[in-house]
Amino acid sequence: MSAVAPGATRRRLVFLAPALVFVALAGAFLWGLRPERDPRILPSALLEKPVPEFDAGPLAGAGVPGLASSDLKSGQVSLVNFFASWCIPCRAEHPLLMDLAAAGTVTIHGINYKNKPQEAQAWLADLGNPYGRIGVDESGRIGIDWGVSGVPETFVIDREGRIRYRHWGPIDGRAMKEIILPLVAELNQ
Amino acid sequence: MRRLAAALLTLALASPAAPALAVEPDEILDDPVLEARARDISAGLRCLVCQNESIDASSAELARDLRILVRERLVAGDSDDEVRDFMVARYGDFVLLKPPVKPETYLLWFGPGVILVLASLGAGLYLRRRRMTAGTAATAAPALNAEERARLERLLADQGEGPARD
Repeated sequence: MSAVAPGATRRRLVFLAPALVFVALAGAFLWGLRPERDPRILPSALLEKPVPEFDAGPLAGAGVPGLASSDLKSGQVSLVNFFASWCIPCRAEHPLLMDLAAAGTVTIHGINYKNKPQEAQAWLADLGNPYGRIGVDESGRIGIDWGVSGVPETFVIDREGRIRYRHWGPIDGRAMKEIILPLVAELNQ
Repeated sequence: MRRLAAALLTLALASPAAPALAVEPDEILDDPVLEARARDISAGLRCLVCQNESIDASSAELARDLRILVRERLVAGDSDDEVRDFMVARYGDFVLLKPPVKPETYLLWFGPGVILVLASLGAGLYLRRRRMTAGTAATAAPALNAEERARLERLLADQGEGPARD
């Protein structure tokens, strides 16, 4: 009478199956809810591809030349930062770009996206200019060619002019330290 | 009759209105055929800002830029597919509201169907097994003999059921 019927163990395991499926699904969903994971951020369609061809005129009064795709293929790692004076997160990340420019680790180029040149120039005069070159994209067409859906967006370009990483939104200290700086160091080797 | 009219009116008002469009008059092309193609393509392109709307329906500035770009490509002579490919080259597959059927999206497209088939098979097997064991249980119950049947009727009469006793 103490022996368990042979089918009972298997039946008990079968009853356990929905609970196991639940645990697996719950685990997967909890993983998806991690705060670092923003589902609105899309992977760039241009990763590993050469930068789109463009030739953008300079920003009047900014004191730096304009930006063209040829400038990004000159054998140096660079960052391309899409920005605008009306963009609040751009203002939030600006000090980090200034620090980076001052440190001289990597050249930062700017593309002024859908901005009135006078307003952009006033904004830079007020906050400082971290950019080696600035291209003006008033119509936003250059942004569309880069797959930009808003500002700020920052691209890491390797020596051959290929896009290696796209950072959506403002760069924070963590992203700078954990993603961008290590990538720049790696591409510089 | 009044209630029926009220019910129908409520139903009509509750039905979804014609899909909203965000196309502004200055965007509309002169050529109606091209404009119709533009509207059609736009309805299938996702607005990257709002992400759940098409660029045809979204009032975001990027949506307007993309609508104008779609029309420019059509006027330049691109086919519908070429316009879509142009957008996908820049924004990736996600810009299409209807995901393309590629190996990466097989799970998305065929997953539900496969799960439905598996679940139906599982349910079918389970039901068949239940029916088989239920059948054996019924034949295993022995019928009542005459004495047991008399006892049963007496018990039921005591509880007020079964044929009344005089």
